[in-house]
Amino acid sequence: MTTSKTQLMQAEWSDFYALTKPRVMSLVVFTGLCGLLAAPGHIHPILGFTAVLCIALGAGGAAALNQWWEADIDAGMKRTAKRPLPQGRMSRDNARDFGVMLSVGSVIIMGLAVHWLAASILAISIVYYAVVYTIWLKPRTPQNIVIGGGAGAFPPLIGWIAVTGSITPMPILLFAIIFFWTPPHFWALALFVQTDYAKVGIPMLPVVAGEVVTRRQILAYSVILLPLSLAPWWIGGTGAIYGISALILSGLFLALSVPVAVRRKQPEDTMKPEKRLFGFSILYLFALFGALVVDRLWLGQGLSI
Amino acid sequence: MNMTPDEEAEFKRRRRGRNVALGLVLAAFVVLFYFITFARMGG
Repeated sequence: MTTSKTQLMQAEWSDFYALTKPRVMSLVVFTGLCGLLAAPGHIHPILGFTAVLCIALGAGGAAALNQWWEADIDAGMKRTAKRPLPQGRMSRDNARDFGVMLSVGSVIIMGLAVHWLAASILAISIVYYAVVYTIWLKPRTPQNIVIGGGAGAFPPLIGWIAVTGSITPMPILLFAIIFFWTPPHFWALALFVQTDYAKVGIPMLPVVAGEVVTRRQILAYSVILLPLSLAPWWIGGTGAIYGISALILSGLFLALSVPVAVRRKQPEDTMKPEKRLFGFSILYLFALFGALVVDRLWLGQGLSI
Repeated sequence: MNMTPDEEAEFKRRRRGRNVALGLVLAAFVVLFYFITFARMGG
């Protein structure tokens, strides 16, 4: 009875806003904007703004579709049970239509205002997150975070390509950096937050493969991240401001992940090393992409790679 | 399916809120497309 009444009541506008996962979107906007600002060449400010807006709208659409598909799963977990769909504040069809509208709208506007290459990659990123990740692989593999990281890695790539109009090694490297950053970032969190993924049947790595494997994987990704984050400098795509920043930041990242890798959870554990690594991982991404932009603005335009 | 007066007031409040939000978004897109048009024409 309560359900039919709330369905009848319809959603507030703020429920639709919540459906776009605004907090995730802030990271999407930041990395997308950094890709756009760091790219060699010029884009009209209005078109640059539109490109970042479309990246954000596309991410919002994909997030809405994700929640449309996962409404039952979200209802079973404390962290997500307050979302509009599990709360019954909105019908599932409304969420789906809203997600499709944002997704299609963002791609069309990107195509018309910027170009269709950027629009195509935006479309791929939305399908990748909403279909390949959410529907297909997330419920099937403990490597789901690795795959999900791919979705978060698209914004700087799209921002960069919006300016240059071509796919070159630099934007692919930016994609790869976020791709390899996501697993240690998320698994550090998964180690110290008691999640109820097991309850809803999502195979998260710490639950499925255990703590030891997760810790080893965190270290492996941190090791890869060091040379990978330096690659833009080595290939001449950036100057020393970025290069030295990347060396320091990735060195710290690695140094913080070593204690996480070698220790084991004790009874009454405060999980300090894990919390420190997770906290630093967020700062890492903002600082690294910030350094990329500062490098470009300070040292002038690099080579078009 | 009948609503009490309180529910009806709440229903109308939410509907108005959504309509205002949608109106603002549409107006913002009108302005954005206006400027995009100039930017694309090389102005």
